[in-house]
Amino acid sequence: MKEQLQAIANEALAKLEHVEDMKSLEEIRILFLGKKGKLTSILKGMGSLSAEERPVVGQMVNDVRKQLEEKIQNTRSELIRKEQEKNIAQEAIDVTMPGTILRTGKKHPLTQVLDEIKEVFIGMGYEIAEGPEVELDYYNFEALNIPKNHPARDTQDSFYINENVVLRSQTSPVQIRVMEKQKPPIKIICPGRVYRSDPVDATHSPIFHQVEGLVVDKGVTMGDLIGTLQVFAKNLFGEETDIRLRPHHFQFTEPSAEVDVSCWTCGGKGCRVCKNEGWIEILGAGMVHPKVLETCGIDPKVYSGFAFGLGVERTAMGRFNIDDMRLLYENDIRFLKQF
Amino acid sequence: MKAPISWLKDYVDINVDMKKLAHLVTISGSKVEAIDDLGKSIDKVVVGRIVSMEPHPDADRLKITQVDVGKEVIQIVTGAPNVSTGDYIPVALVGAQLPGGVIKETKLRGVESYGMMCSIEELNLTHDYLPDAPKDGVYIFNNEPELGMDVKEVLGLEPVIEFEITSNRPDCFSIVGLARETAVTLGTDFKKPEITVKEEGEGKASDFVSVSIRNSELCSRYAARTVTDVNIQPSPEWMQRRLAAAGMRPINNIVDITNYVMLEMGQPMHAFDLKCVDGGNIIVRSAQDGETITTLDGQKRKLDSSMLVIADENKPVAIAGIMGGANSEVTSESKMILLESATFNGTSVRLTSKKVGIRSEASNRFEKGLDSENVIKALDRCAQLIEQLGAGRVIPGIVDCYPVKPEPVKVQINDVEINRLLGTNIDKEWMFELFEKLEFEVDRDSMMLTIPTFRPDVRVMADLAEEVARFYDYNNIKPTLLSGATSTIGKKNHNQKMEDLIAQLMLSLGLFETYSFSFTSPKVWDRMRLPEEHILRDAVVITNPLGEDFSIMRTTTIPEMLGIIKTNYNRKVEEGGFFEISYVYKPIKEQLLPEERKVLTIGLYGNVDFYYLKGIVEQLFAQMNITNADYSPEKNHPSYHPGRCARVSLGNTDIGYIGEIHPEVASNFECPKRTYIAVLDISHMIENSNMVKEYSGLPKYPAIGRDIALIVDEGVLVKDIEAVIKQRGGKILEQIKLFDVYKGEQVPEGMKSVAYTLTFRSMDRTLVDEEVNKTMSKILHGLKTNLNATLRE
Repeated sequence: MKEQLQAIANEALAKLEHVEDMKSLEEIRILFLGKKGKLTSILKGMGSLSAEERPVVGQMVNDVRKQLEEKIQNTRSELIRKEQEKNIAQEAIDVTMPGTILRTGKKHPLTQVLDEIKEVFIGMGYEIAEGPEVELDYYNFEALNIPKNHPARDTQDSFYINENVVLRSQTSPVQIRVMEKQKPPIKIICPGRVYRSDPVDATHSPIFHQVEGLVVDKGVTMGDLIGTLQVFAKNLFGEETDIRLRPHHFQFTEPSAEVDVSCWTCGGKGCRVCKNEGWIEILGAGMVHPKVLETCGIDPKVYSGFAFGLGVERTAMGRFNIDDMRLLYENDIRFLKQF
Repeated sequence: MKAPISWLKDYVDINVDMKKLAHLVTISGSKVEAIDDLGKSIDKVVVGRIVSMEPHPDADRLKITQVDVGKEVIQIVTGAPNVSTGDYIPVALVGAQLPGGVIKETKLRGVESYGMMCSIEELNLTHDYLPDAPKDGVYIFNNEPELGMDVKEVLGLEPVIEFEITSNRPDCFSIVGLARETAVTLGTDFKKPEITVKEEGEGKASDFVSVSIRNSELCSRYAARTVTDVNIQPSPEWMQRRLAAAGMRPINNIVDITNYVMLEMGQPMHAFDLKCVDGGNIIVRSAQDGETITTLDGQKRKLDSSMLVIADENKPVAIAGIMGGANSEVTSESKMILLESATFNGTSVRLTSKKVGIRSEASNRFEKGLDSENVIKALDRCAQLIEQLGAGRVIPGIVDCYPVKPEPVKVQINDVEINRLLGTNIDKEWMFELFEKLEFEVDRDSMMLTIPTFRPDVRVMADLAEEVARFYDYNNIKPTLLSGATSTIGKKNHNQKMEDLIAQLMLSLGLFETYSFSFTSPKVWDRMRLPEEHILRDAVVITNPLGEDFSIMRTTTIPEMLGIIKTNYNRKVEEGGFFEISYVYKPIKEQLLPEERKVLTIGLYGNVDFYYLKGIVEQLFAQMNITNADYSPEKNHPSYHPGRCARVSLGNTDIGYIGEIHPEVASNFECPKRTYIAVLDISHMIENSNMVKEYSGLPKYPAIGRDIALIVDEGVLVKDIEAVIKQRGGKILEQIKLFDVYKGEQVPEGMKSVAYTLTFRSMDRTLVDEEVNKTMSKILHGLKTNLNATLRE
């Protein structure tokens, strides 16, 4: 009986060696381990054995069953693996073909620059103030220490709606509106659209954008202005950026300055971008004129402040190396895609 | 303001090179715009004399010359038609650097040539600078300079510094003023002009002229000198060159001297032919309405009573501070002249200059407000130059009418306050010495400064601080970061955050952000098919626009978005999606300022349809948690396709329109036929959005789905079907999903089939079929009674 068992085992193992698919594997399993299988029939014949022999033969049958089950299981795994391999091989694709086209938009380059500027100043504790674009002459000029017929009005030729209403030529009127309403400390930036009577060309536009900043508090110094602008310039143009202040004249600040940053292309050595000067003018700034504070009901003996402003278009053009301002307002998608 | 360096050096010692000088004065407040180095690109060009000249054997138009250039005689082949033996000419030697390149040894038709004779163009000069140069051909010196001498030296070519002068510094609109600033900057001596007048004419000025000022508000001082035996000639070369280098055209000695003094002293001057001033009586008065004058440029100008004129008894002879009259012009016939030096009101000159359309060097200076204390100095300088150049004999005396003499202005200096404002620790004595160098009178005991009359810009402590800071160098102030200030929290407000959210969502849905102009042309109204009297036609009008296209503030963003689509479509971009967040401007009756409303504009063309656009809007509302949106068919918006436009409302408020642009409008704007635009009011969206978020439990019990297909009249809106389903569905109706709308076979004519999947679920129990069946029949009953909808068999 032992030999018989061994022979069954050998036969089964030999068949399993040549199994090619699941179906024949299942047939083999039924042939040997099924209810009417060869091993089962041996078990059925055990009734003729003695009481001593039965556990021995029983043990032997179980061993063979175990051995076959194991082998069948392994063979099954092997077949699954082979099948999968075959499938995978068939499923290979050309990964160099282009991806599915999904639509995603792009922020306009002006917004990108504006966002960066906002982020820097929000980080320094500033809020964002807004105000009307169609503005009273009073806020755009008079409250900023630029009376009617003052020659300073010539440098920013404005569009008028009537004698008292103007398209704002700067975002400074927002500062006045805030100072009228809010007690110091004031720390704001005012981004927005401004209008000047310049015909459209590669470097001018009758509509452009500014960001102005204003800080009013006790003990604000010109050193604070310079420190703030340094942080700003380094954040926007890179850690190595230097700034340089030159005295200038604005009616609403005193002392006033124009602010240059070291050229972002050559780092100050001189190149085409900075016209060999090493510096690029980007900002106007100064200490808020005492008359302006007074006009807004803030006592200049107690409070001082600084203000600064920069053109967003010019900054964006410098940053992205855009050589024609008109591109910013043309909105050609092939241009917008590049940012 | 252009300052030839030698002129500046007349009044200040300059001990640094050009580049350093430009840097230092820029940092102290006199910004150098450019250094125009007239001789810069010229090298190895010397004076030569043509010794002999013979024809070229093989070329009719060429000549072979021998030219003495000092050390040697060289052979030059030239084609210049205007030279002859004995002429002194500029010679570019072999190796010479010219703006056009380097001169090389060459052969012209087989004959060697060792240099080139130069025209002024080849030397990069203009006829303004060398008025006697021939229009065509080689420059010929009109004297006999040393042979071999560098022409830069002979022609006085020198660097010219161009300064940007700010409107608050009229004193710097002069060589003397710039020299003063330069001296303080460099710490060198400022050499004030030494002015003495010999006055060798007979009689005295008051014998010949009188001055009366009728309007002392507009003219605070008028001084006159007279000159006899005037000898009109060209002015000397050195003066012509300086004038030309400073940008003024030389005319004759008298005119040139007045211009020269204006540039040097900052005080505009004018010379009248005295015989043309009737009675010799100068009357400074307002013009009469309708009065006219022909100015020196030959133009007839209409005057009005807001303008100030210089007149005699009978007629105006000049527009005060702007331009003289042709009727009293100094000519070669002039024998006696009257020199004017006066102070006119800046605002008046500015307004008059705008009105008559003349901007002159004089008006440009007067506008900024000039120092009446400079009037006599300038007049005397003028007289001095006339004597020096032999242009006439100055008659003794000045007729000086000075009705408004300025009071000296004093300001207390407070070094503590200045240091506090600047954040510096600058010594008091340093400040005092600075102000003395700037010609302030300093009283150290009372700490009182008397402001020089030429500094109208200095009036308060902050002005003093600027003076201190600019010579201390702004860049020497230690940078600090608001150490003393109260701390603040930087943040965006709710609206700003919501706008960011809107923009972010538009970007993620594939739209490109655009920036368009906020003014537009009234012509767009017709192209938009707006009827007369349409509310959008009521716009804010610009009184001084840059042309009609930019003449009104937009009341809608549709035209600009169509413009953007047109640009891209015309350039063969196949499809595009755009958005913009910007303002529209709506005039409000009886209110000075218009209402400015921020709108979101979306524009699409290409492989899209109405529902693509609507999908974007629905996604936006979902992200903003706006739950009360309603879309109703809009047939009456003139710019939209009447069958493909929806009015969007939130609650009871209409917030805009979405839809396909009317084909006629699309064609008017050269856009594709299928162009889609949405314009939605942003503040209404923000008001209706609820960003307060709260978690509600996920469903624990299974859902039951039912599909239904309804047959309804084709005019029935999906919105109305859904309203019925919602109302009848009750609490257990979780979702209504439209999956098919069909017209055609198997559906009767004039009807449509609308198919839905309805999902039912309870949050607290497992629903049973029976319950859902009951609700379904309620729904179907409701649809039948309200919309006459039947189930499709």
